[in-house]
Amino acid sequence: MTRRVLMNGNEAIAEAAIAAGCDAYFGYPITPQAELLEWMARRMPELGRAFVQAESELGAISMALGAAATGARVLVSSSSPGISLMAEGMSYLAGSELPLVLVNVMRGGPGLGSIQPSQSDYFQATKGHGHGDYRVPVLAPSSIAEAIELVPTAFEIAERYRTPVMVLADGIMGQAMEPVEPHFRTLPPCAPDWALTGARGRPPRVVRSLHLRAEDLEAHNRDLQAKFRAIEAAETRWAEEGLTDAEVAIVAYGTAARVARTAMARARQAGMSVGLFRPISLWPFPAAALRDLAPRLRAILVVELSAGQMVEDVRLAVEGRAPVLFHGRTGGMVPTPDEVVEALRRAFLVNQPAGEPSFDPETDPLGLICAMGGRR
Amino acid sequence: MERSVVIAGFGGQGILFAGHVLAEAANAEGREVLWIPSYGPEMRGGTASCTVIVGDEPIGSPVVDRVDAAIVMNPPSLAKFAPLVREGGLLVVNASLVEAQSGRADVDEVRVPCSQLARAGGDDRLVSMVALGALIERLPVVSAQSVSQALRTIVGARRPEVLEADLGAFEAGRRAA
Amino acid sequence: MTATTGPRVATAAPRLIYRRPELLAEDSTHYCPGCGHGVVHRLVAEVLGELGLGPRTIAVAGVGCAVFAYDYLRLDFCEAPHGRAPAVATGIRRVRPDAFVLTYQGDGDMAAIGTAEIVHAAARGELITAIFVNNGVYGMTGGQMAPTTLLGQKTTSTPGGREAALHGYPLPITEMLALLPGVAYAARGSVVDPGAIGKTKAYLRKACEVQLAGAGFAIVEVISTCPVGWGMTPRESIDWLRDAVAEVYPPGVVVDRTKTVPVAPAPAAAGSEG
Repeated sequence: MTRRVLMNGNEAIAEAAIAAGCDAYFGYPITPQAELLEWMARRMPELGRAFVQAESELGAISMALGAAATGARVLVSSSSPGISLMAEGMSYLAGSELPLVLVNVMRGGPGLGSIQPSQSDYFQATKGHGHGDYRVPVLAPSSIAEAIELVPTAFEIAERYRTPVMVLADGIMGQAMEPVEPHFRTLPPCAPDWALTGARGRPPRVVRSLHLRAEDLEAHNRDLQAKFRAIEAAETRWAEEGLTDAEVAIVAYGTAARVARTAMARARQAGMSVGLFRPISLWPFPAAALRDLAPRLRAILVVELSAGQMVEDVRLAVEGRAPVLFHGRTGGMVPTPDEVVEALRRAFLVNQPAGEPSFDPETDPLGLICAMGGRR
Repeated sequence: MERSVVIAGFGGQGILFAGHVLAEAANAEGREVLWIPSYGPEMRGGTASCTVIVGDEPIGSPVVDRVDAAIVMNPPSLAKFAPLVREGGLLVVNASLVEAQSGRADVDEVRVPCSQLARAGGDDRLVSMVALGALIERLPVVSAQSVSQALRTIVGARRPEVLEADLGAFEAGRRAA
Repeated sequence: MTATTGPRVATAAPRLIYRRPELLAEDSTHYCPGCGHGVVHRLVAEVLGELGLGPRTIAVAGVGCAVFAYDYLRLDFCEAPHGRAPAVATGIRRVRPDAFVLTYQGDGDMAAIGTAEIVHAAARGELITAIFVNNGVYGMTGGQMAPTTLLGQKTTSTPGGREAALHGYPLPITEMLALLPGVAYAARGSVVDPGAIGKTKAYLRKACEVQLAGAGFAIVEVISTCPVGWGMTPRESIDWLRDAVAEVYPPGVVVDRTKTVPVAPAPAAAGSEG
């Protein structure tokens, strides 16, 4: 076994992108992802690759668009308020069908919010960023080692489907250090047949998102939707832990899933059979797997560093087959394992087998149980 | 067995560095470890802290609601982190700067004049190494040999001229505890 | 016109006085009668053709009437979000050092929503040739006030005429950029008459040569007409361009640092059109 090395999450993501053959990085300083930009500022010029600290996130994502249009492999990173500015470019990239990997190291919002870790950009990441009918694959690592694996995967998906892909991390993931195997996956160079290279010996190419005729734009949208269905069919990712005998499943991603894992261990010590369902691709959301799991469960507890965003997708996936409860913290606060254990205790009360006392909302003074789905 | 340690003090006391050394020592032992710093404006002049979690299984929660040990290097850190130490846990206090007691009868409170020992070692910035020595002596989260090895890895690569001072401060902390 | 005699016509060598440049598409443009964009497109096609740059040009189209430049200029083109053309061009420039990079923006695009992008691309001295067509209004959206609209000028969003107290002053983008050391060349041309068009072509050529020489950022502003946006006939718009617009935005070379900054020779000899 190779000796593992300690790496900070931001730096590990940067180095994984470099190994994957990233040709260009464009960014703007913002906490808690500044180390990623600083790492690239040193490493990319060393390797003769492009690095620009842009005038704004609008500038950075637009530079990325230009570089991607020439067939370059491009990485951009920011944190929540910066991602809002990049929303414009993400819509254009999706409409122009350009590959790109964008890392969001989430912090608390809304507005300037805080610089502490958060998952309150789930809606933004999975439901939009910018205007128009489009989807962007979103990969959410829950450890630095997994981030290293998912960065090249993100480039592969981006190039396979000609789409921007988001890697969704948070302040903890960005700032923490963990031991990782210093093996980073390399990808073969890409030379797409649509890239702008100068029209030497061939008809000119245009990278565009404008289609003024409604018929043309509808046809373009149909093509995009077909691509999104193909991504849903092939690129849905999730992980399961301890679900075989679980009566209650926690659904959580990223840092929340790590808190959930510790809570799960404590709950099992206390005699509660708890498992973890961890979405890795947030779009496409692993809805079918969750729907199949739900009937076996007494309840599902969704844990997020937000006021409750992914919980909506869980409810849509489960379609009432199990009660769905939620526990979250906001503003940069992170749920503690004991809080989650407490929420689990209440989850076990929601859906009692016949003969046991049923759940009483009066016993939930902390408001930990936000909603109940259909009971058996 | 998972152990969590929080190290807290003023910016400039080498707080994050001491955590890094502890994390590197755990890594050298082939164990799982997670190091997480406090970050942001507070690290410029105010309180700095970091948490190190060492275990034999992959580390779950990066946030701890109770710690096995805390090193507090200044009065605000005592107030903030002493209550987090679990019953029967360890509290290392820099007695040079912290006069107050924690009031925790249920923890092992070790008072070490870290700043004085650091100054005796030739550099005020060694203060966290002294404290780390005291911690490892009382609660061997990792072995002392692993810490020495980690110091050689980290300091030896960047500033070999101060390696001996760091090793000396670590040993002084162990003796003082 | 003087009638020529038969024998003279028979013996004179045919003289070509007009030919469509190879880089200009055959389609007729969608531009309104009297609009200056068509003239600027033609100048761009002529200059790039003469310098043999067509096969290695990657152009960036801004948002506005000229977004369709890619329908008329036979070049690889990337569409930019509104105002971001200089940033998009920066991205292209940094990963394609062999390319010739050109941006084409209007005044709403460059002087309002895109001020940050143009200022910083210029400040970085990006090797980009920026073409800035200034017709003083937002043409595509219906003739609203642009930052470049003249004081007193009526637009659909300044129905009583632009007032400084209410709407601020016209923005001299080219003079502002000329202050920056990263800007190797800045000039302003006009499409008001054949003489001015000839000078504009010379400015454009110089701005391309500046990029080829690696000297820095180059910009050519072209003051142009928008008869529909101005509520004028094409003829009236030419008079307004000459009498009013050129007063505020006088044509000429604004800065030329290639005379003081040593310029490396062009990296590659201009080849023939491919």
